Amino acid sequence: MPPAPATTSAYPPGRLAFPHRHLTGIMGLQPHEILFLLDTAEEWIEPNRTRAAPDKRLAGLTQINAFFENSTRTLLSFEIAGKRLGADVVNMHAAQSSVKKGETLIDTAVTLNAMRADVIVIRHMSSGAVRLIADKVDCPVLNAGDGRHEHPTQALLDALTIRRRRGRVEGQRVVICGDILHSRVARSNMLALTALAAEVRVCAPSTLMPPEIEAFGVAAFTDFDAALEGADVVMMLRVQNERMSGGFIPSTREFHARYGLTLDRLARAKPDALVLHPGPMNRGVEIDSDVADHLTRSAITEQVEMGVAVRMACLDVLTRGARGVEGWA
Amino acid sequence: MTIAFTNARLVCPAGERTGVLVVAGERIVAGDAPPDATVIDCGGKHLAPAIVDLGAFKVDKAACRAGGIVRVGLMPDQSPVLDDPGIVRRAATMGKPELWVHPLAAATRGLRCEDLAEMAITASAGARAVATGRRWIGDSGLMRKVLAYARDLDLTVVSHAEDAGLVGDAVATDGLTATLLGLSSAPASAEALAIARDLLLAEETGARLHLRQVTTAAGFDLVRAAKRRGVRVTCGITPAHLLLSDIAVSDFRTFAHLSPPLRSEADRQACLAALADGTVDVLSSGHDPRGPEEKRLPFADAAPGAAGATTLLALGLNLRESAGLSMERLFALLSANPARILGLDTGTLQPDEAADLVLFDPHAPWQITTERDGNTPFDGLPVQGRVLRVWKGGKEIAA
Repeated sequence: MPPAPATTSAYPPGRLAFPHRHLTGIMGLQPHEILFLLDTAEEWIEPNRTRAAPDKRLAGLTQINAFFENSTRTLLSFEIAGKRLGADVVNMHAAQSSVKKGETLIDTAVTLNAMRADVIVIRHMSSGAVRLIADKVDCPVLNAGDGRHEHPTQALLDALTIRRRRGRVEGQRVVICGDILHSRVARSNMLALTALAAEVRVCAPSTLMPPEIEAFGVAAFTDFDAALEGADVVMMLRVQNERMSGGFIPSTREFHARYGLTLDRLARAKPDALVLHPGPMNRGVEIDSDVADHLTRSAITEQVEMGVAVRMACLDVLTRGARGVEGWA
Repeated sequence: MTIAFTNARLVCPAGERTGVLVVAGERIVAGDAPPDATVIDCGGKHLAPAIVDLGAFKVDKAACRAGGIVRVGLMPDQSPVLDDPGIVRRAATMGKPELWVHPLAAATRGLRCEDLAEMAITASAGARAVATGRRWIGDSGLMRKVLAYARDLDLTVVSHAEDAGLVGDAVATDGLTATLLGLSSAPASAEALAIARDLLLAEETGARLHLRQVTTAAGFDLVRAAKRRGVRVTCGITPAHLLLSDIAVSDFRTFAHLSPPLRSEADRQACLAALADGTVDVLSSGHDPRGPEEKRLPFADAAPGAAGATTLLALGLNLRESAGLSMERLFALLSANPARILGLDTGTLQPDEAADLVLFDPHAPWQITTERDGNTPFDGLPVQGRVLRVWKGGKEIAA
């Protein structure tokens, strides 16, 4: 169950602002902990823009990005975040690794651990894989997406984007539309946004809607037009090509007809409603170009910018104990 | 040699009583013990027919001895598959003398669900039934032929009931847990759909059908109705589906990755009701030991299955309390009914039956651990009921 909503990052006296060793998901985080990460990320936005004097607080630490599933933008975002903080960033791609030679996930984890990584960022195609590794290593582990389970930094950057553009998350009507069933982005966002007291609507054809979704505290819609009524934020999810050829949806053009975000459709939302997309986009399928590139409505590139700040915040907070930061060691 | 088991709580089909059981050679005999009989004082503990474990995946002598199991109905999913008389004959002798293996031959060649297997000659090589293996036979035409052909030979068909189309790559039952964890899941109706078809075909062909595991309310409703109509159907279950619901897979616990997957709490309650009302015929271990290379993986990549031979009796005794079963009913589920389904002259304490016996203390407490009991989802559970001694055909099996 999602924790009770809160709107400040004030935390109980005598405790740490963020007492978790790893960030494997939004599940299990208290609202004030989510807000603490957002507040910390906020501090990095200006320095990132102005190229202020570099803050190399992670200098001397080794960050390993272990990506067992292909990724371009998330990997880059974590790499840049680590480097901005001065960490030595090493990327491990599954395609080039011994995973292809049949090494088990746990053996890989133990190997990375033996190399004395200070923080490990993991993406894997199986739900639960990141937690499995987190149990076997001595350093903090950051989930960069595991199967269809969670993608916590994406949810944090989405919440941060919403908060900055709309002033707050609480009470915002957020519509998440697309392949909810297979989406870790949707799961993490449902958990994070409901924890921050947003009104979340999810919208998908029944073939792409997970069972008992209402237990997340969200309202489920199959009619996109109805879901969009009065929306403050519209978050479109990428639909994987392999799911479009008759398995879950008859075709891309049928999906576009029912769920494609066009300017006409967007008119059902509030006049100043914000458009988000975790990328990469299928232009002309789930989102039209004139929506994606809309100067005032689309926050899609801003999401990418917030992504770096959020990942810097997570890397910073999770390594504070090891770095001996006062009050965290 | 004649043995008199004295001072024992005897678990008979007709009720529990304190008394003497006499064994001559390999058989239980009627009447009083002759004066020269060897006396074994049971110290007031329970003496019951040893367990016949219908549908295990591995011949595991040590685990069976520890669990009071002396006969195993071995699933055909072996390497190589039990679809050839030579392989079946070898499997049938591999546990002797202390553990008798009764192979369930493959119903289709290589378990590939394409062609009928050689049921008659594998039966003459020692197979006691035929089984579809871990999978359901999706082709209804083929399943009808399997049932009709097995009926000719009076062989029971042991079926795994999960509609393959609905299940797909699912590793969990549709529900909140699967959704929260992002696990691929299938509706519980996949079971009832498969059972409904298998029951119709069994009724049509007159074959004997044993549904190895029924785990849902809708599945039991179908079995109940079919039994009333006189369909020759029996069904089984393992302790996991009676004691755990899908919440047990939270935290991606791969030891709770089972086939069929754990169900909702409502279905678990329906399983307990079916146990209490007599719909369930067999309680088996589903013994499927897996090493870390198959279990220390992300949930969906891990192999399904749990070890269960060492814990079956203790968990059965635990269920006796929660489902309100008598001791005789428990041993009907563990011994008499599986023996009957396999056509074996064992499973009760009646005269002339094989002297397959287990002596146990139903109150002795112990704790299940994965170190000793293998890949069990019950790690850490305190239980009561310990096996003390075991006899196969009148000969004691050393621990």
